[in-house]
Amino acid sequence: MAITFDHVNYMYQPNSPFEAVGLSDVSFTVPSESFTAIIGHTGSGKSTLVQHLNGLLKPTSGTVTVDDFQLTAKTTNKHLKSLHQHVGMVFQFPENQLFDQTVERDIAFGPLNFGFTNEEAMSLAHQAAHDVGLPDELLKRSPFELSGGQMRRVAIAGVLASQPRVLVLDEPTAGLDPRGRAEMMAMFAKLKADQHLTVILVTHQMDDVADYADQALVMAHSNLIKAGTPAEIFADPEWVKAQQLALPTAANFAQHLVTRGFEFDSLPLTAEQLAIQLRGQLPKEGR
Amino acid sequence: MLEQLTLGRYIPGHSWLHRLDPRAKLVLACYFIVIAFLTTNWLTYVLMFAFIGGVIFLTGLSFSYFVRGIGPLIWLIVFTAILQLLFTPGGHIYWHWGILMITSTGIQTSTAVFLRFLLIITMATVLTLTTAPLAIADGVEALLRPLRVIHFPVAQTALMLSVALRFVPTLLDEAQTIMNAQRARGVEFNNGGLIKRLRAIVPLLIPLFVGAIGRADDLATAMESRGYQGATNRTRYRVLKWHNADTIAVVVILVLNVVLVVLRHM
Repeated sequence: MAITFDHVNYMYQPNSPFEAVGLSDVSFTVPSESFTAIIGHTGSGKSTLVQHLNGLLKPTSGTVTVDDFQLTAKTTNKHLKSLHQHVGMVFQFPENQLFDQTVERDIAFGPLNFGFTNEEAMSLAHQAAHDVGLPDELLKRSPFELSGGQMRRVAIAGVLASQPRVLVLDEPTAGLDPRGRAEMMAMFAKLKADQHLTVILVTHQMDDVADYADQALVMAHSNLIKAGTPAEIFADPEWVKAQQLALPTAANFAQHLVTRGFEFDSLPLTAEQLAIQLRGQLPKEGR
Repeated sequence: MLEQLTLGRYIPGHSWLHRLDPRAKLVLACYFIVIAFLTTNWLTYVLMFAFIGGVIFLTGLSFSYFVRGIGPLIWLIVFTAILQLLFTPGGHIYWHWGILMITSTGIQTSTAVFLRFLLIITMATVLTLTTAPLAIADGVEALLRPLRVIHFPVAQTALMLSVALRFVPTLLDEAQTIMNAQRARGVEFNNGGLIKRLRAIVPLLIPLFVGAIGRADDLATAMESRGYQGATNRTRYRVLKWHNADTIAVVVILVLNVVLVVLRHM
């Protein structure tokens, strides 16, 4: 098991007037090299949860285990650096973290901090830039001259360059156009397969959950309220709606078809599943 | 780490003090700070601390807010008091070493400095805890209005003040986010020597400035597109109103002043 949360609680500013619950008794496991989606409405604790994965936040009580690392309330900051390297974090709007004079140096910033030599860092930077599809001619430019989409790729390369084993993505496609969004998700799927990464994705895009995730965790009011495969999560459309979430497009479409007399053995989640189940049901003369 | 800063933070509430006119609160807080220097003997200090204790009680806020508000400044106060203690000549000399000495006058002045500082900062904390930043800006604008006679740009100054206050929490949030992102890339903000720490600030400051400038640009566009003209006579949505409570507050503090002067000479 790559990642385990064992009865994790987190309080914001405990014992102060500003005390607030961030996570309440959260337990789950994520297998190695799997793709896990975390969903839930705004303010449900998704971001708080993922910040525990690389020790940016430490649990107030309970234990977080990531491969060989154990994170508890008592873990000191000194031991966190290798965890920071092991777990790469792509924050929301990661292009806001760019600062260096050239794209190349910005991407190499992480590896240099983690103790790689200058040469190693540069070669890792070039590899990462290639992995996210940045053309070589951009590497010597200032990151602030690039387009929004390119800046985001630079920022993602800056995380990948440190060679993490776990990649945490916090709404990585927010603010991108539909095509950029599709390209970015396909890129993450390829990276996961090529580099055997464990991917954790925080998202509001149910289609991405249906298309890519092996497992989904549903957060609400600082609690983990449901964990399971996408099929299990979306099996009860009424419950999904009650959590202020939505069904994937294909499932939604299928639901409308049911009211028109179509029948499905199980609710299709992706366009592919929908097409397979529809194949036998369409009238012949339509061909 | 950044959200622990209580200094300058507003806590919404409905206490009598929350509802006072911001003009009254600004003037009275300044007045209190001035008369804090009239304190001389222990009677006057007891009076002032009793008064500020009453004010804290009236805010209806937990005492811990005030402790936290003063917390970051306590070292500054202690440092100033120690300087006073070690460098003030006069009176009976208890101890001296080179230019450093502890004298009876030194003990008196440093105690006075310490206690006055405490009074002043507590009052300033009361003001910011109970007055919304925008209300403070409105109050400042109203109080500066007479300066229009000498062509002082009152409206623009007030706008600058309210925009600056408005963006403090936003920028703090953004700084926290960028810090997290850079920590995730291996930056250690709390480790290493001075040079290392200063270098760690660069990846924080540059994105923060880039963000702030972008935000300022957006704000300017948004204001212009809604017809902001600057110096024209603007009407306002929040009109300040002087209530009986404000008059009572003024009377109370004048009485405090009189009692203070009387106690001084006892």
